[in-house]
Amino acid sequence: MKFIDEYRNAKHTEKLAIEIKRITKHRWQIMEICGGQTLTILKYKLEELLPKQITLIHGPGCPVCVTATDFIDKAITIAFNDNVILTSYGDMLRVPGSKYNLLYARTLGANLRIVYSPIESVKLAQKNPDKKIVFFAIGFETTAPATASSVIEAKRLGLKNYSILCAHVLVPPAIELLLQSQLTKINAILAAGHVCTVMGYKEYLPIAKKYKVPIVVTGFEPNDILLGILMAIRQLEEGRYEVENQYSRAVKENGNLNAQKIMYEVFEITDCNWRGIGLIKNSGLKLKKEYLDFDAEKIFHIDTIETYQRNECIAGLILQGIKKPYECSQFYKKCNPDNPLGAPMVSSEGACSAYYRYNSINKFINKDERQIQH
Amino acid sequence: MNDKFNINFSCPVQSNEYDKILMAHGGGGTYSKKLLEQFIYPLFDNNILSQRLDSGIFEISNSKLAFTTDSFVVSPIFFPGGDIGKLAVNGTINDLTVVGAKPLFISLSLIIEEGFPIEDFQKILFSIKSSTEKANVKVITGDTKVVEKGNCDKIFINTAGIGIIETGIDINPAKCKIGDKIILSGSIAEHGIAILTSRNNFEIETDIKSDTSALNHLVEKILNVSKNIHMMRDPTRGGLSSCLNEIAQTASVSMLIYEDKIPVKEEVKSICELLGLDPLYIANEGKIVVIVEPDDADAVLQTMRQDPLGQDAQIIGEIIEDNSNLVFMKTIIGTTRIVDMISGEQLPRIC
Repeated sequence: MKFIDEYRNAKHTEKLAIEIKRITKHRWQIMEICGGQTLTILKYKLEELLPKQITLIHGPGCPVCVTATDFIDKAITIAFNDNVILTSYGDMLRVPGSKYNLLYARTLGANLRIVYSPIESVKLAQKNPDKKIVFFAIGFETTAPATASSVIEAKRLGLKNYSILCAHVLVPPAIELLLQSQLTKINAILAAGHVCTVMGYKEYLPIAKKYKVPIVVTGFEPNDILLGILMAIRQLEEGRYEVENQYSRAVKENGNLNAQKIMYEVFEITDCNWRGIGLIKNSGLKLKKEYLDFDAEKIFHIDTIETYQRNECIAGLILQGIKKPYECSQFYKKCNPDNPLGAPMVSSEGACSAYYRYNSINKFINKDERQIQH
Repeated sequence: MNDKFNINFSCPVQSNEYDKILMAHGGGGTYSKKLLEQFIYPLFDNNILSQRLDSGIFEISNSKLAFTTDSFVVSPIFFPGGDIGKLAVNGTINDLTVVGAKPLFISLSLIIEEGFPIEDFQKILFSIKSSTEKANVKVITGDTKVVEKGNCDKIFINTAGIGIIETGIDINPAKCKIGDKIILSGSIAEHGIAILTSRNNFEIETDIKSDTSALNHLVEKILNVSKNIHMMRDPTRGGLSSCLNEIAQTASVSMLIYEDKIPVKEEVKSICELLGLDPLYIANEGKIVVIVEPDDADAVLQTMRQDPLGQDAQIIGEIIEDNSNLVFMKTIIGTTRIVDMISGEQLPRIC
């Protein structure tokens, strides 16, 4: 933990904040891609330390938040099958589907279990040969290799009762979409450190060049993020647009080649629906032909499913950084962590949930007369 | 724009309030609070219940008494640092202790699943016996029920307890005022993490033990050194954050706490980092938060530190001038944020 404490050292924080203030001459909008970074920004109130000219825009990098409704509906449908145990990361349980979420499905008799890694699900399959174990595989390039290795392991063990519902998505296509869309002006990007640990940052070189946007691979501790911001502003003020690596203690240019190899042994790239954003070309992963025996959608015949969405939640605008959570008319009113209208209020890394939990603004939305006096 | 911009600005809405009980209703956070406020308090409203303390306080022939009850459904029933029996005794003792009562007697009700091994049953009974002896309370009544296999998970325990509040002791949230110090008796989040890591699908090996302990002797000592303890509470389900928020709401005060003063063991910190959990929201079973007059804070702190159960005690903050009834925290990097109550299900069946 000493290792982490260094990146939360208040003296370093102060130095970074002073340097950011010193070099900032213009107005800049910087998007942090990853939900983990958003959480740190709000948990440590980093915006308090930044000059007014800098606006942080929270990006779509919360894996739970971007998982489309149809995947939740499919997961629920599967979990109601006899002899099935659906395994999932805990945060997915509360994400709304068309009708309800997995948590509610459990009260109606759906069989599901929270796991911390897909390999736990493989072990569950070994221990319960009479049950079908389906792992709800969500997340970015960070979690995809672990899912892939669970499939390889299941194949090696000859397990016939393990499968995955694959909802993995890829980050760079989403970044490109946001840069093209022009709905929000993004001057610089803090790329997600964990994703780059696996994938490296080669993929970002053409993006930075094409859109003339500095991209800084950034970690998750408060001082990581402040240093990432400093590096991005330095580039912006100097008129550069390069890919830089703040998170060099974990990220190498080529990433983790073994993890990439495992991932592409099992998966291939496909178009994918993102919650609130829609279909993004080449932004998802699906099982390759050789591994279709592990595809839960095929096994349970649910590759098409009817979903419906209503328009009270502006998750799409939030996920693209066009609006801040407190600009939503339902925020802190109808929508709160107990009764989330959309995924960004569910996940611990979701922008809405992070604002709800850590930002004082929401507490005073209806209580303007109250003043904090300290 | 090309077809890549088939952007859909929507997200589904789920049916409003839940019409079934969820695991989160037992989580000690906002769901549990709703259950009490919506269904239980209005129905049974009376002047004792309405104080909303950990024990009901009442007078019988000039003696002030405290009465409380608690049920225990922890899974697994044996965990590092304790078992369901020890937890059931300590939990009830602590609920009496935090209202300033000296625990005297407890009841013991056991709901047992058919097929439960007698060996485990005896182990739990011995653990209950040793916990009651340590805390100097007697089991004076009880009950046993057995249900068919599958209708409960191994064993559930309910305990109720009664204690006496001695003359001169008046723990009263209304006395909390600006400047009061907030003392925490030791490092947090150990019970929740011990339970989590001892579950069989969890493959991290740690030495973290549950902190389950009876706090009555520790509290007796601090009540002897200060007559100006205004409020006490044990941060169990929902963790320190929920406990502080409950105090803030009950006492109608706001607080400022300092992140760098809150003791968390390195190993607990590491596991929390790894799993994305916040130690502020994780359960404790042997810690206490004390709100005390600033002049007495040091004496209380030193007394706590002389007791093994309070050796890592810290002054973690104070009550501040502010009318929002919120808990603020100065983070380790010097910024200030709000610390909210827990919401939803974090770790089910931890006590």
